[in-house]
Parts: sequence; structure tokens; C-alpha cells
Amino acid sequence: MDNESQYSGYSYKSSHSRTSRKHRDRRDRHRSKSRDGSSRGDKSVTIQTPGEPLLDAESTRGDERDDNWGETTTVVTGTSEHSISNEDLTRITKDLEESTPLECKRFVGPVLGGVLSFFALLTPLAFLILPQVLWREALEPCGTPCEGLYVSLAFKLLVLLISSWALFLRPPRATLPRFFVFRCLLMVLVFLFVASYWLFYGVRVLEPRERDYRGIVEYAASLVDALLFIQYLALVLLEVRHLQPAFCLKVVRSTDGASKFYNVGHLSIQRAAVWVLDRYYSDFSVFNPALLNLPRSILSKKMTGFKVYSLDESSTNNSSGQSRAMIAAAARRRDNSHNEFYYEEAEMDRRVRKRKARLVVAVEEAFTHIKRLHEDEVASSPKHPREVMDPREAAQAIFAPMARAMQKYLRTTRQQAFHSMESILTHLQFCITHNMTPKAFLERYLSPGPTVQYQQQNGRGRQWTLVSEEPVTSALRQGLIFSLRRLDFSLVVTVMPLPFLRLGEEFIDPKSHKFVMRLQSETSV
Amino acid sequence: MSNFIPGQPLVAVVQRIEIKKLRQGDNLILGFSIGGGIDQDPGQNPFSDDKADKGIYVTRITPGGPAETADLRMGDKIMQVNGYDMTMMTHDQARKRLTKKNEDIVRLLVTRKSLEEAVKNSMGGYQRQ
Repeated sequence: MDNESQYSGYSYKSSHSRTSRKHRDRRDRHRSKSRDGSSRGDKSVTIQTPGEPLLDAESTRGDERDDNWGETTTVVTGTSEHSISNEDLTRITKDLEESTPLECKRFVGPVLGGVLSFFALLTPLAFLILPQVLWREALEPCGTPCEGLYVSLAFKLLVLLISSWALFLRPPRATLPRFFVFRCLLMVLVFLFVASYWLFYGVRVLEPRERDYRGIVEYAASLVDALLFIQYLALVLLEVRHLQPAFCLKVVRSTDGASKFYNVGHLSIQRAAVWVLDRYYSDFSVFNPALLNLPRSILSKKMTGFKVYSLDESSTNNSSGQSRAMIAAAARRRDNSHNEFYYEEAEMDRRVRKRKARLVVAVEEAFTHIKRLHEDEVASSPKHPREVMDPREAAQAIFAPMARAMQKYLRTTRQQAFHSMESILTHLQFCITHNMTPKAFLERYLSPGPTVQYQQQNGRGRQWTLVSEEPVTSALRQGLIFSLRRLDFSLVVTVMPLPFLRLGEEFIDPKSHKFVMRLQSETSV
Repeated sequence: MSNFIPGQPLVAVVQRIEIKKLRQGDNLILGFSIGGGIDQDPGQNPFSDDKADKGIYVTRITPGGPAETADLRMGDKIMQVNGYDMTMMTHDQARKRLTKKNEDIVRLLVTRKSLEEAVKNSMGGYQRQ
């Protein structure tokens, strides 16, 4: 029975408890093979009897199973590492993506805005048409000034229509946790305007059956002017204000430290979050959970220290003393894990480079097997009948020789979860169709691309949680920190102000650039 | 000044000059300025005959200073300082040799054109190289 604490490497998060028993059993069978990154170098192999359910995350139920200790139960002590094997990762992500339902909440805002603006656009026409319909005979005829007003009204409405289409008729990019303050403000403003105009219209025109048609037309024209100005306000508040950069956001991914700096303008926290996420998908390399921590073979050495047992009865102040004693003892021990880390890294690099070399050669060779058939090339002589293939078949034909090298390379760089055979074939077909060289084909696999490259187009959207100590509709300011959390990682955003620049001026006369040979330097002694 | 042929021994008529350093505040000064050196441009030297001569020359004498009292003249080429050869020195090395803080007196060997003339005239027809 080993005295060292055993790392199962397969402790699961509690969200898995909703998967079915069948999945769990399948996972158990998978686990007995040791996988690349996790239990390499472990001296002990954990065998789990299939009847036992897996341990849920933070529970250490080993204490209750003292009779089976060391034989069938895995005890997770100290720091429990959460790791997921790669097949489970893909299964989990698929589960999550499909389970977020298409929410109708996404469309409430835009629909409301659309209805309001439609109503607002129809109002001037209604103002003009209603008197004509209701008391046409009593209206005073209105000559040329009215026609001028008609034309200007028509054009202004046209401009309003086109600019609304251009600016506001776009599919919504995100649902924000709180109200989007500016948009609400504008909708309220439009509503108030139109409502007050209708009110006055009802009281002053409809009731007494006003006969001065020119006045009515001017009234409608003034409404359209007001709407144009509200649209100008909307343009400024929603689109233009945040364009001038005022803050620098530092975005750091919590799992591997990938960081980027962005310049943004004045935004509220939630809008800034959407902005950052837009950039995240195309700037940050994809999150690969298999590349997370130091290999356990190195870390485990640290934890095989001694345990401190307290013989006193009082347990109040012993816990801190105990941990301090352990930490002090661990620090005093001579520790060579950095050495192992260095050699392991070097070995890993060497291995990746070797596999990469094999892959590149295999792909280059494979690409030489096919060539494009031009239309003017005559169908070949009957002696060498050539089979004419479409891109898909050509891709399948040359995939075979490079498949093994590709798979080994992906395994070494832990990318095999992101590329299925089908996707590689599709990519190969794409490259062949567009006359790409082998190097262009490989750029997708040799470096991890941005996250957006690996997304499936399913329109369900991604669920992010904005975690912030301040209310999310407050504006950005210096020193604010908020984070965007997803299930297994989070992005921490820090706000820093851009420095104020004092720009001075210095005029240099172009004729003042003159040079001489250097005189002998003279030093006085 | 003798003609300077690189690689060949240089023969010159020199005068021994002894300068006592004067203490001025924290510094010991000699009262003259030097120019030249193997890292400088010899073509700029107004005092040398041979414009390829990269030796150390006296470019200025402070009036009333110790150098003037010791009869150092402008245009003198310094050949030795306290026994150290100055004909193949960088400018900075020469400065350092002259301004050593632990030396109170510097003994220079300088040469100037008028010395050669004087020797030639006194020796009559005996031509020195």
C-alpha cells in the first residue's frame, strides 16, 4: 500500500452529475488507459471497480471507506487537480452548447424598438391623412407652400427610413444583463415625443376640426424634424461617443495567462464586456484545457512530504500552526523539481519538433501526388487513362499517406480534440480547390488559431457571465476590475486610463541641417 | 619635428620640462590643454608638420598657470610623461596619464620645431635625421 497520496487525475466537476450512468461507466473504462498529459510518470495506477460511482468534485469520501482504503478507492488529498480527459471535453462542450435554448428574450429589445420607430415614422403621414379623410370638404385649400412642405416631408422621411435601416436594423449581437441605458433613454424619448405630438394633435386638430391645412402640414413637418434630431442624438450616443479611445483594457485569461491590451472609449461595463468578447474570439488563441498545468510527475514530488500530526487535544489554534510547519519544512527541503521541469520541457520541445518535421515532409510529399487538370489539356491517351476527380475525392486520395503523421503531431501538441478527421478532410479539400501549398494547408495545425476558427455555426450563442463589484451599467473608470466567466476559464479585465498627452512643438528649419568634420577634441589638464 | 615613418624608431630633439601641479579646490591642474591622439583626426591639428602625426600636442596654455611658468609652449608635442611614452596614446589615455591624482609633479619630454632648428644651427652642417 503506497503511503504517498494518489492522484487520480480524473476528478470531475459536479456538473457532470447530470450525465447518465451509461456515460459514467463508459468513462470508467476509458480511464484505465493512462493518457498523455495527466498520469505520466505516476508510480501508482488506480483501478476503479465499475460498480463504484465516481467521486464528485470536492468530496473526499475516502474517510468513510476505511475498509477498502488503498484497494479500490481513490483518495484525493491536498490540492485536487481538476482535469478532464479529452473525449469528455468534446462531449461536455457539445452538451452545453445544445442545452442553451433559443431564448425569445434576445429579441424583445429590438422588436420593441422596431415597433416604436415604425409607429413614429407613420405618425406624420397619419397627421396628414386623417384630416383629408375625416373632413375633407371643410379644409382650406393650400397652394404652393404646402407642396413645398410635402416634398420636404417626403425626403426627410426617406432619409429617416434609410438611416434607420443602416444604423439600427441589425441583428442584435448580445443580450446584456441590465438595460442598455442609452437605448432605453432614446426609446423613452421617442415615445414621449410622439405621444405628446399625438396629444396636441388630438386636442388641437381632431377635436375642433381644424381647417387650416397648412398649419397641420407644418405641424407634421416639425415632428419629422424632431425625429431627425432624435436620430442624430441616437447616432452620437450609441455609435460615436465610444469611438475616441480613453481607457486601456488589459484582458488576461485566467488559465494560461494569455493577455492582450485594447483601447476603448467611454463605455459602460456591460458594453465594454461585449466589446472585449468580440475581440476575444478573434484575437486569443483557443483555450486548450490539456495544456494547463505542470505534469503531475513533477508536482507530486513536492507533496510527498511528511504529514504533521498534532498530539494535543486542543484543536483551535493547531491548524494554522500545522500548515505553517508543513510549509516551512517543505521550503527547507532541497527541491529539484525545477530541474526536472527544465528537462521535461526540453524533451517535449524536441518531440514536437520531430513530429512536426515528419508531418511537414509527409504533407509535402502527399501534395505532389495530385495536380490540377486544366480545361485545355486533352483527355489523355488511352495508354495512361487518368481518373478525373473532384476535390473531395482528391482530398481523400492524398489524405491516407499523411494521416498517421498528422495524428501523431496533433496528439503531441494536444490538439486532437479540436480537429476531427472529417474537419481535416474538409480543410484539405478547401486547400486543394484554392491551389494552396502544403505550408498553407498546415498553418491551421501548426499554431493554435483564434477561438472563432473552431466555432460551429449554430447560432445558439455562447453563455458568458459578467462578474463585477460595481453595477454593470456604470461607466468605465480607472482601476475597475471585472471578469467574464465561462465554465472552465475566465477573462479578467483591468481598466487603465490612457495618459494625457502634452504635445509640444519644435520647429526645425530645413536649412539648419549642416555638418562639419569633427575637430580634434581638446582637453584641459 | 622629425618625419614620422610608422614602424621605424622616431628620433627627436626633446626638452625636459618639469611642471608642478597647482591645487585648485579639489583638482590638481597643470594649466594647459592637449589635443591629438591615435583616436583623433590628425588632419585637424594646426601645430603638426606632418598631418599624419597622431601625437599629443599642446593646444593652449593658461596664462599664469604652472605650465607657462615651466616654459611649456603652445604647439609642443609631448613625447613622454613621467617616463611613459605618449606618442601612441588615445586622447583619453593621455589625459589620464597627465592627471593622476597621486602625482604632484609631471616631468614631460616635449619637442618642438624650434628645437630642431636650434640644434641644426648650432651643429652647423651636421645633419640629423
